[in-house]
Amino acid sequence: MNRATATQSLSVSLTVGAYGLAFGAASVAAGFSVLQSCLISLLTFSGASQFALVGVIGAGGSVVSAVTTASLLGIRNMLYGLRLAPVIKAKGVKKILAAQVTIDESTGVALSQERLGQREMRQGFWLTGVGVYLFWNLFTLVGALSAQAMGNPAAWGLDAAVPAAFLGLLWPRMQNNRDRTLAVCAALLALLLTPFVAAGVPIISTAVLAVLFGLRGRR
Amino acid sequence: MSIFWVSLLITSALVFIIRFAGYLVPEKYLTNPTALRINSLIPIALLSALVAVQSFTGKASIIIDQRMAGLGVAVIALLLKAPFPIVVIGAAATSAAIFHLG
Repeated sequence: MNRATATQSLSVSLTVGAYGLAFGAASVAAGFSVLQSCLISLLTFSGASQFALVGVIGAGGSVVSAVTTASLLGIRNMLYGLRLAPVIKAKGVKKILAAQVTIDESTGVALSQERLGQREMRQGFWLTGVGVYLFWNLFTLVGALSAQAMGNPAAWGLDAAVPAAFLGLLWPRMQNNRDRTLAVCAALLALLLTPFVAAGVPIISTAVLAVLFGLRGRR
Repeated sequence: MSIFWVSLLITSALVFIIRFAGYLVPEKYLTNPTALRINSLIPIALLSALVAVQSFTGKASIIIDQRMAGLGVAVIALLLKAPFPIVVIGAAATSAAIFHLG
């Protein structure tokens, strides 16, 4: 086993654990039980989609808005799968497991081992995918139990910790002025729509802005 | 079944189907540059909207409260390249402090 690959996988897994803590707390604050919060992490296992699900339901949104928003955020995992399938070469049950642990982090580590070779890419993928899975779920449980013990989320600042966690997920994705303009427009559109449409709808509506910005051209 | 169980199960099923599809579909079908660009922009739009809604709304109206200060601290922490736990804890501590003062 390549030592550098293993070190990178482990450090990524531990870092992501912190997000799991934030998710568990956010989920309980949104009204999900501890058991439900843990099941979301075990079954969905996709940070942005999970935060969107509990965010929309917590804001009083419908099942349709929550599921649509979460699914739209899950599409990038499909693109990762497309890229990784020829490298991972998994069959049967292993293919199902590979799909389940295909996330930003496992893909990122796998692709960064490219110059070392396909064997290291596979190692990086599985170590990171499984490592993040373990820590993400463990910390979801800890976060959910802590939030349950806290009582009023506002008294502990959890009401601000949740949007701060979203912002932390969003921040590294904004790489140029177009991205930042889109972020500001999406935030404003969602706020403007909030008094007039059902909860959850303002969030999905901003996908239209993403399409318009994407169609407008390069960069 | 409650809204919580229904949304949890449907989201988990759909998110799995979507990611499993990536291992089944031949790569050539999804390399259109415009589609790829839109795909990378969707998380930016949806996550920004979530940040705004979670920070500035409550019961279908715009509300300015302690959360705004928390979010401001998060932005400053991110601009200073602070690690994720500091961003979240900084926002929580600020918001909680104002909640107790107010």
